[in-house]
Order: sequence, then C-alpha cells, then structure tokens
Amino acid sequence: MLKITNLHAKIENNTILKGINLDIKAGEVHAIMGPNGSGKSTLASVISGNETYEVTNGDILLNGESLLELSPDVRAHKGIFLSFQYPIEIPGVTTTNFIKTAINAKRKYEGNDDLPAKDMLKMIREKSALLEMDRKFLSRSLNQGFSGGEKKRNEIFQMAMLEPKLAILDETDSGLDIDALKIVANGVNKLKTKDNAVLVITHYQRLLDYIVPDFVHVLNDGKIIKSGGKELALELEEKGYDWLK
Amino acid sequence: MKLKEKLITSFFEFENKATLDLESNVHQIRSQAFADFETQGFPSKKEENWKYTSLKSVLNHDFTVFPTSENTVELKDVKKYFIHEIDSFKIVFIDGVFSSFLSDTTHDGMDVCLMSSALNKPKYKILIDHYFNTITNKKGNFTALNTAFSKQGAFIHIPKNTIASKPIQLLYFSTKNEDELLLQPRNLVVVDENSHVQIIERHQSLSHQPILTNAVTEIFANKRAIIDYYKVQNDTENASLIDQTYIQQKDNSIVNMNTFSFGGKLIRNQLEFHQIGERIESNLNGITVIDKKQQVDNYTIVNHNKPNCESNELYKGIYADSATGVFNGKVIVDKIAQKTNAFQQNNNILLGDKATVNSKPQLEIFADDVKCSHGCTIGQLDEDALFYMQQRGISKKEAQGLLLYAFGNDVIEKIKIPELKTRITKFIADKLNVEIGF
Repeated sequence: MLKITNLHAKIENNTILKGINLDIKAGEVHAIMGPNGSGKSTLASVISGNETYEVTNGDILLNGESLLELSPDVRAHKGIFLSFQYPIEIPGVTTTNFIKTAINAKRKYEGNDDLPAKDMLKMIREKSALLEMDRKFLSRSLNQGFSGGEKKRNEIFQMAMLEPKLAILDETDSGLDIDALKIVANGVNKLKTKDNAVLVITHYQRLLDYIVPDFVHVLNDGKIIKSGGKELALELEEKGYDWLK
Repeated sequence: MKLKEKLITSFFEFENKATLDLESNVHQIRSQAFADFETQGFPSKKEENWKYTSLKSVLNHDFTVFPTSENTVELKDVKKYFIHEIDSFKIVFIDGVFSSFLSDTTHDGMDVCLMSSALNKPKYKILIDHYFNTITNKKGNFTALNTAFSKQGAFIHIPKNTIASKPIQLLYFSTKNEDELLLQPRNLVVVDENSHVQIIERHQSLSHQPILTNAVTEIFANKRAIIDYYKVQNDTENASLIDQTYIQQKDNSIVNMNTFSFGGKLIRNQLEFHQIGERIESNLNGITVIDKKQQVDNYTIVNHNKPNCESNELYKGIYADSATGVFNGKVIVDKIAQKTNAFQQNNNILLGDKATVNSKPQLEIFADDVKCSHGCTIGQLDEDALFYMQQRGISKKEAQGLLLYAFGNDVIEKIKIPELKTRITKFIADKLNVEIGF
C-alpha cells in the first residue's frame, strides 16, 4: 500500500531524513520507534505533505502513485491520515462542523454530493460511541479547552469518521493516562481491517501493548537501522536505543 | 487648500438658502462651527489623533457640495444593500437627498424621521435645543465641518418605556457618475428611559467617482436605555468615510457599538463615549477585513466620569495585500470613577507582506480602585493550524478562511440580529474569497 524508497528530506539546510525505505502492506500494523530527534515526526509530516519540509531524494508511493507532488489535502483525500502529536484548537468551529467540512471536502473530491445531514449525524453518533466520547465535546469548539487525552481521542474520532487507508499515529500515547490509552487503542483496533494499515510512531513501547504491531522499525539519525517483529519493541524497552547505534 | 476655499463659498450659499430653523439656535451653532473649521482646517499627520492616517489622497478632489440634479434609484438595484430579510424602519438618502420612495419612517409612538424636519418643526425644538451638537468634540475639524452644513440625516427619538418594534436601517447612497461628491449626513438618536432600539447604518456608493462622506452621529442613552448599533461598511474602492459618533450614557444604560469594516478607500471610525451616570456599560466591538490599498482607522475614546461603570473593547483586524489598519484606544478614568472596569483587546492578522497595522492603547487612569487592562497582538496565520486542517482534507484556501473566521468569531457572535449576522459572515467569506458554510 505505502512504499517509501530512499527518502531524503530537509528543513532549511538541515537534512533530517537520510534514506528511508519502508514497505507497508494492507492489513499491517507497523511501528516506528527511535530516540528524540531521530526523525520520527518528520517522517509523519513528510508522508502527509507538510510543506515545511523539502523532499530532496526518493519517493513515497501510495498504491503505486507518487504522493510527492500532491498537496496535503489531496493526500488526505487519497487516504492518508495523520493523528497529530499536538492537535490544534480552532475557536468558533465546532468539532461537528469541522468533521462535516472535512468529510464533504473528500466527497466533493471523489465527485459525490454532500453527505445528507441524517447520515452524517448517524455516523457521528456511532463513531463517537466507539471512542466513548462525551457528546457535548462535539458541539464545543474544536479542541478548545480539551485536555490532552480528550484531544487525542478526538483525533481518533476524526480518523474513524474519515476511514483512511493509512493512519499514522504520531506519539498518540503522549499525554494519555492508562484508561484513555486503552480507549484510544481499542478504537484504533476496531477500525483495523484487512484493507487499511496503521503506522504507529512512538518513543515508548507502552502503546504497543495495546496496538500490537506486525513490524517494528528503529529510526536513528534519519535512517531505519533495524527492523523486526513486535519482540523488538520489548527489547528496546529493556535495553534502550544505545546498543543499536 | 482648494477644497477649503470651495467650502467657504459653499457655506455662505448654504446659509443663504436655509430659510428654515429660524426659531432655534441652529444658525448660530452652524456659524460657530464653520468659524472653528475655518481656523482649524483639515487635520494633518502632525496631529496626534491623525498620526497614522494621511488624508492627502482623499481630500485631493474637486468635490461637489450640492449635487446639481436629483437621481433616483430603483429598489431592485439597491435591495441587496438592505438587510431586506427583516421588517424594519428605513431612512434612505440618495446623494444626500431623502428618498421617501425607499424609506419607511414613522411618528407612531416614536419618531424615526428626518433631521431636516426635526430642525425646523417647532414640536422638536425642545429636543433639538437640549441635544443637538451638545456632545460633539469642538476640536474635531471634520465634526465642525459637518455641523456647519448640518441639515440632512436621520432623527430618531424613542420615548420613555418603548421598545422599538423593529430595527431601523439608515442608508446613504451616492449615485453621481458625473460629480465627485462630498456628503455630510448628520444624525441624532435620543433613547429615553427604559427604552430599546436597534440601528443599522450603511453608506454605499453606486458610482465609480470618488466620494467622501463626512458623517456625524450623536447618540443619547438615557437611564436604563439599551442601544444596539451596527455600522456596516462594505463600500467601493473610491468611497471614503470619515465617521464620527458621539455617545452619552446615563445611569444603567447599555450601548453596544459594533463596527464592521470590509471596504472603502479610507475609513475613519471615531467613537467617543461619555459616561455621565453610574452602572453604565459601553461595549465597542469591531472587525476589519481589508485588502489592496484600503485603510481603516478605528479611533476610540471612552470617558469614565462616574463610579461603577464598565467598558469593553474588542477589535479584530485582518489585513491583506498593502492594506493599513489603525487601532487607537483611549480610556480616561476620572479620579472619582472608582470601581471602573475597562477592558480593551485588539488582535490583528497580517496576510500581506506589505500590510501594516498600528495599534495604540492609551490608558489615562486617575482613580486608584479600578480594573483596567489592554492587550494587543499582531501576527500571521498559524502554519501548523493550516497544515492540520489540510491534513483533514480541507483545501488551503478554505483552511485559511476557516481560521480567519474563527479569529473573528467572538465579535460576530455579538451580533443580535441573526439576518445581519449571516450577512456579515458572508461579507467576510466574500472578502476572503472562501465558501464558509457555517
């Protein structure tokens, strides 16, 4: 589904990604782990099209099609979803209206009319129940005054609504207490099908107890230095990252 | 200056023609005002109050003070400038001349009529003598000029214990394609005890010629009166507006003054509040969204003269291209005005590399037991927020629109007439060239 080859990317004159190769197939869960500053979040940003970064070499293919020339919104329409480490707040725009706008933008891109309000409400009801969200959050301004945990839950709610092909979870566990972590992980697991894929980016192994990866990759200084199964995560938890460098 | 000479000649012509108003002291007020204007002339950037706004390009025209012929306009051509979805009283002027055809005035339980008739009918003499030109700033050059030529405009009197049954719309159209017009509407609004009124004011040019409107409005809120006032400014590239509004409030009155500036060549909004009673609330809200070389200058003064009063100022500005904005917020708290709460906030977003904004809070506090605050921000759109929304499939343009809408949202939320709120939202969307479906 997602094929990354020899990906190099820089911000200003600082090269962060130095030749990433990654192959994610439908139905798989991949985890990328690595120390701070290794390029984990940069990789998430570059896949989803953040223009702050410049790709200098390599390619990112989604189902055979290069994403590099596409704007972030078009990449989203094609099925890329990024759950942000720090979701933003938008005063005056409710979560419901925001997600409505997002869904209808995608439908428009696909040549469909807006989703009828009745269907939209039904979908919102179902998906918010999945994340055990208090419905009153939906009528509040997007993320405004939400706790860290509520923001992350809202991210996964949006993921559930948008039904992406590839979901990238960037440090989704940071700022979550254990109960919220379980709910979020449970939500992600329920959304998992044989047709979509998940890329979990995390510093710690904790989240991987709940979202169990098929593959674990270790990123260091802009390169994947080791790949393995889920047991690699446990090994990293025990030994730290230094033994790999 | 050429324009000044022309105005001097015009004034004598104007006074010679004015056979009315002989009973009142209006003649004397006009003559004095004209003498003041003659001495002061037009303001320059050397004056502190005009430090950030140059009038050169606005005054450099051969303005016609008295239009030679009367124009008529069809309702269908101007309907869109009204908030036509609501039932309202209307006072409409075309090139400074009252249009009875487009207006809907009343004397039933309250007066919504013409300044010119209030100035010359004996039954209004007491009101005119009591209120007319009593709270204007005598040092204001443009106000003096307006007073000298004061004749046409709206006269609104809401008597005691009356809730105006519908909002009042004031519309000033200019249509002259052959002349460059100088229009000087003069409005007087008196709201007596326990009464309530909503007013929407708009100046709109229908021509391509340069227009200068020099408007003065005096507003009196007597005890426990509530006034919701909306200034809607979305004029053409050649239309400039110097708008001066003076407000006097008595005990327990509330005045909500909302200024929405989206278009025009140069707009100067001068608001002067005088609180002369206790437990008064003065709320000043504004949104400016301008582009190209447009200028909007919001100049506000709140005089807290008595204890236990409140003022709240919230001004938001979005400036694209080479647009320029000014916010000047002066708050004066008299030494006896203890327990004053005065809050002021001015937030700006610069979208263009050449856009500028000057924000200047001025607090002069002579009492010691008060709460006063001011805050000012000038920034750009948050790139992280834009990326976030794009990541959810919203195009960059829409995302910008949504963010800017969110930025102005707390001011929009203060609009109490839903149809007007919809209209203002649409103006903002149009101005930002986005489709906001909210």
